[in-house]
Amino acid sequence: MRPSAPSFIKLLVPVKRTIDYAVKIRVNSAQTGVETDGVKHSMNPFDEIAVEEAVRLREKLKADIESIRVVTVGGPKATDVLRTALAMGADTGIHVETADKEIIEPLSVAKTLKAIVDKEKPDLVILGKQAIDDDSSQVGGMLAGLLNWPQANFASKLDYDKGANEIHVSREIDGGLETLKMKLPAIVTTDLRLNEPRYASLPNIMKAKKKKIDKFTPADLGVDIAPRLETIKVVPPPARKGGAKVDSVEALVSKLKEAGAI
Amino acid sequence: MATRAGLRCSQTALRLARTPLQSHAIRSRAFSSSKAAEAAKTLLYIEHKEGKLNPGVYNAITAAQKLGGEITGLVAGAEADSLDAVAQAAAKYPLSKIVVMSADTLSHSLAEPLAPLIVALVQKEGYTHVTTAHTAQGKNIFPRVAALLDVAQISDVMQVESEDTFVRPIYAGNAIATVKSSDKIKVFTIRTSSFDPAKESGEGASIEKGESGQVGKAIAEWVSESLTKSERPDLGSAARVVSGGRGVKNKENFDSVIIPLADALGAAVGASRAAVDSGYADNSLQVGQTGKVVAPELYVAVGISGAIQHLAGIRDAKCITAINKDPEAPIFEVADFGLVADLFNAAPELTKAVGKK
Repeated sequence: MRPSAPSFIKLLVPVKRTIDYAVKIRVNSAQTGVETDGVKHSMNPFDEIAVEEAVRLREKLKADIESIRVVTVGGPKATDVLRTALAMGADTGIHVETADKEIIEPLSVAKTLKAIVDKEKPDLVILGKQAIDDDSSQVGGMLAGLLNWPQANFASKLDYDKGANEIHVSREIDGGLETLKMKLPAIVTTDLRLNEPRYASLPNIMKAKKKKIDKFTPADLGVDIAPRLETIKVVPPPARKGGAKVDSVEALVSKLKEAGAI
Repeated sequence: MATRAGLRCSQTALRLARTPLQSHAIRSRAFSSSKAAEAAKTLLYIEHKEGKLNPGVYNAITAAQKLGGEITGLVAGAEADSLDAVAQAAAKYPLSKIVVMSADTLSHSLAEPLAPLIVALVQKEGYTHVTTAHTAQGKNIFPRVAALLDVAQISDVMQVESEDTFVRPIYAGNAIATVKSSDKIKVFTIRTSSFDPAKESGEGASIEKGESGQVGKAIAEWVSESLTKSERPDLGSAARVVSGGRGVKNKENFDSVIIPLADALGAAVGASRAAVDSGYADNSLQVGQTGKVVAPELYVAVGISGAIQHLAGIRDAKCITAINKDPEAPIFEVADFGLVADLFNAAPELTKAVGKK
């Protein structure tokens, strides 16, 4: 950890390309996973919130922020989400490219991100709290553990105190909110309530095309991404059929009584 | 159609009457562990607050029991009195022993001091499995533990198939994956709504003091918390839940329509993301992929359309009832009973009707 406060802080924001949140997913016929071909993908919604927070921090702190870098670990198409993040206001991107459709587990992502952090020396890493595809909710905490940095998961409010070189984070816990403060460098994961991400404007989308994206492979970074978990099968959840519509409150009450629900 | 739905709910009700706490969710079967070379040795992190066990602990105990072998409970915290109370309460459950770790830095269950402590304990005692409930606390602490142990974590486990194979939901519960871990130590968190709460065993686990020399440095500082105080049942474990959505239109209506209905039913109050975002209800009441996953006997969705993310949180409810004025709302595709009506007439009428009985 740094002995004194940096004069400019560097932000790193990891993002993931996932199936779009509005898509109704289908399990493939071989039961090995879900259909991804021809399915709309976009940036994981929690990661959009992370990018937005980084951009807002710069808008608030102006010159105190030296850079905002976005990083993704994924197949060739993951570049798309880097471009989206760059269009939202990030400066440069890093694409750690893996094979198409290869599943990269959270532990591997965390190790890859650690290698990037060791290289880039950011002061604050802001991640989404979970990816909406694997729903693991692990990468932020794993990265914090590997780096031995403090972590504030599920943030709904983030403030930077420059004098103390500290962040103050309100985090969503079961039953309410908890406020933590921690010295930088630190890890924050975003909850839905943190902010409302902006839409990239057309001029910014055009500008983003010119922003630099560095490419690496996990091997370049010396990271082993071999999976630890074998997916035996993937099946749809037990179907739940809608039942009857009733036409009055009395009918509803009698149905519920009949069913023993009240 | 009507009778079939009615029958489905009533069969459920009959079964519930026999075993009131049995979960309707995919349930784990006890499996034969004879093929496993050695018995599982499980460390169960026991979540607690103000001298009481958090409700998810009981479900996590049941999940840990599926592994066979012995289960050690870990109670960690700062105040000796409150830890004693927690350990005594936990000792009534089917655990082999309880280790109590006390250190000032362990107050508020922060991940930075706790994770190294759990890791040291696992390495010293040779635990094969480490588990807790998939709650805000479990999600905060366990990835740090897994990374320090250099193992993958299996989150939100719905079913324990064997000592290395687990079932968990992906894509907001729209697919169910069975995964097999090749790690030596299995770190996993439990979906509480998928396991019945454990019953007291009456045997009394032994309680011992652990060495807290391995506590990590406190590198984050706890400042404050604000909890939503409520006399109502806890949302995560309530037998009945009444939730309001965007259709409720404002906070005043939420308070005057949803809450009285919940109270009349003795239910916990929930909300859709739209209702929470619009400020009708507190964030902690959100039900869905990013909020709480619930599996009550009765779920009443009022003014909720039924987006994928919301359905992810209620899929395992035994009986879903929806009140919505839009007959095309997706919630009706999963509701056992649907009432197409204006909630502002129907909900108060329902409140009166159930309040009378």
